[in-house]
Amino acid sequence: MTQTTTSSTERLVAGRGIGGFGERHFKYTVLAPAIFILLLIGLFPLVYSLIVSFQRVTMMSADTSFAGFANYAKLFADARLWESLLHTAIFAAIALPLELVLGLAMAQLFLERMPGRQVFVALLVLPTVISPIVAGANWRLMFDHRFGPINQVIGWFMGEPTPILWIINPLTVYPAILICEVWQWTPFMFLILLAALSNVDKSLTEAAEIDGASQWRIFTRIVLPAIWPVMAIAILIRGLDLVRLFDIVWSLTRGGPGTMTETISYYTYVQGFSQFEISYTAAMAFLVVALLTVIVTLALKRMGIAR
Amino acid sequence: MTSAIARRRARLALRYAAATIVTATFVFPIYWLFMTSFKTPEEIFASPPQWYPGSIQFQNFNVLFLDGDAIAVWNSLVTAGISTVIAMFLGTLAAYSLARFKTGGDNLAVWILSQRMMPPIAIVFPVFLLYVWLGWVDSFIGLILLYTAFNLPYVIWMMRGYIGDVPLELEESAQVDGCTRWQVLLKVVFPLVRSGLFATAVFTFVFAWNEFIFALVLTRTEIVTYPVQVTRYFGGQSNFWAKIAAMSVLGTLPIFIAVAMMQRYLVRGISMGAVKG
Repeated sequence: MTQTTTSSTERLVAGRGIGGFGERHFKYTVLAPAIFILLLIGLFPLVYSLIVSFQRVTMMSADTSFAGFANYAKLFADARLWESLLHTAIFAAIALPLELVLGLAMAQLFLERMPGRQVFVALLVLPTVISPIVAGANWRLMFDHRFGPINQVIGWFMGEPTPILWIINPLTVYPAILICEVWQWTPFMFLILLAALSNVDKSLTEAAEIDGASQWRIFTRIVLPAIWPVMAIAILIRGLDLVRLFDIVWSLTRGGPGTMTETISYYTYVQGFSQFEISYTAAMAFLVVALLTVIVTLALKRMGIAR
Repeated sequence: MTSAIARRRARLALRYAAATIVTATFVFPIYWLFMTSFKTPEEIFASPPQWYPGSIQFQNFNVLFLDGDAIAVWNSLVTAGISTVIAMFLGTLAAYSLARFKTGGDNLAVWILSQRMMPPIAIVFPVFLLYVWLGWVDSFIGLILLYTAFNLPYVIWMMRGYIGDVPLELEESAQVDGCTRWQVLLKVVFPLVRSGLFATAVFTFVFAWNEFIFALVLTRTEIVTYPVQVTRYFGGQSNFWAKIAAMSVLGTLPIFIAVAMMQRYLVRGISMGAVKG
């Protein structure tokens, strides 16, 4: 079908045969600037990184002799790197299901029409459009054990003051980051899923209801398959964002206490701009790119998005 | 009969209660941020915490304007604004080529989308070295170009979907009427995909406005954007919460206003992005 539209357009262009160079090469002319910028900023740095990752460059010495796979071998011995990968995996493994389930529940709540729904939805959008840096900073203030409202509210329920050192105590620092992350991105899931749920054919669910199917059965057999394509994309988008998690950690904990909450992006940054190990950082960056490529490829296959 | 109505009323009341609790929970941190920005230092460092300031006063904001730190919001506006306009224009042109002529086939389209998945941390170092060489560190042109590049894949992907929906007959008849391809594009296609343009532009703008890693590495003093400025008030021993809150509010208000004006397109943009993939 698309084939015929293409050829008809091209016949039209060719048939007119006027306008000279600009007209005939139109489809390349309009594409070129975007591709040029993408190559300059997207591809060039990657190729450059790849080369440098096999060299011995640091900020102190521009030793461009080749080191073979030395930098990549070093990666395997770097315990802090594997810990940061583990931290990243923990954040993703907990935050993603939470955001999905909460977002779905909220979408279900707001699915039926009710007066004032627009206002609720408008307010719920706000956390998602705030800068993650601001979100992290704000939660850091709210988690403060002296001036923050979180401990105060917990204290009301417990009946006594509760001095939890949220971002200092190793036991509570993960919940703190996760709360911030889930607070900011659940509304994003909610908006996508609300749109997906609104598009589900009502007549199907009503027919099933008349046939006496349980609500759970209707949800798993009709609604879920219908919204899955959209849900899969939402999971993919959020999953990729979580693998790249950086901003919230930066403003909420700075990777602390110690290096307990360093993510892979955070550790890569530290290596590059505090330790100035340029070649080693490049190798690490490549590990991240390779990891993401594998995840995306697998996810696309498993979710049946790829054609 | 009446019991059915009563039951429905009770259900609605229950849903309102749930909706209110959920919304209040999500909005509370934003409330806290805004309230903090109006508090005096004594009120910010009060224990137990005060849930609202004694009076609304703008001292925290005044300080930012007196110090000149507020310029960060202007820097963000210039970078995010200009990069959005450029990315929208070039991205839509490219999307037109992909949608109408299938230039490069599926491979090119997938390559462009894959650029979106690139982790910023992986390219920020080479870009930094490139910019040092070009003398673009701490300059508008460097950051604008970078944000444009990072938003292009998204714009191209979204606009390709919207343009695909424009009926071909309209373009053909415009051509028959003697329009050049450029005129068709600018006078027929652009107006028809207007709402798609807005929806995409909102996201492009929000992304550039909130971006942190690139701005952190590539700005020094001249064009510091507001998220970077916020993090500068974190100290080793204590944090300047009054400044952090005031700066955050200054940087958040424009985005709230933009989102409020674009509400319709925003929701559409999020859902379309997912549906179209």
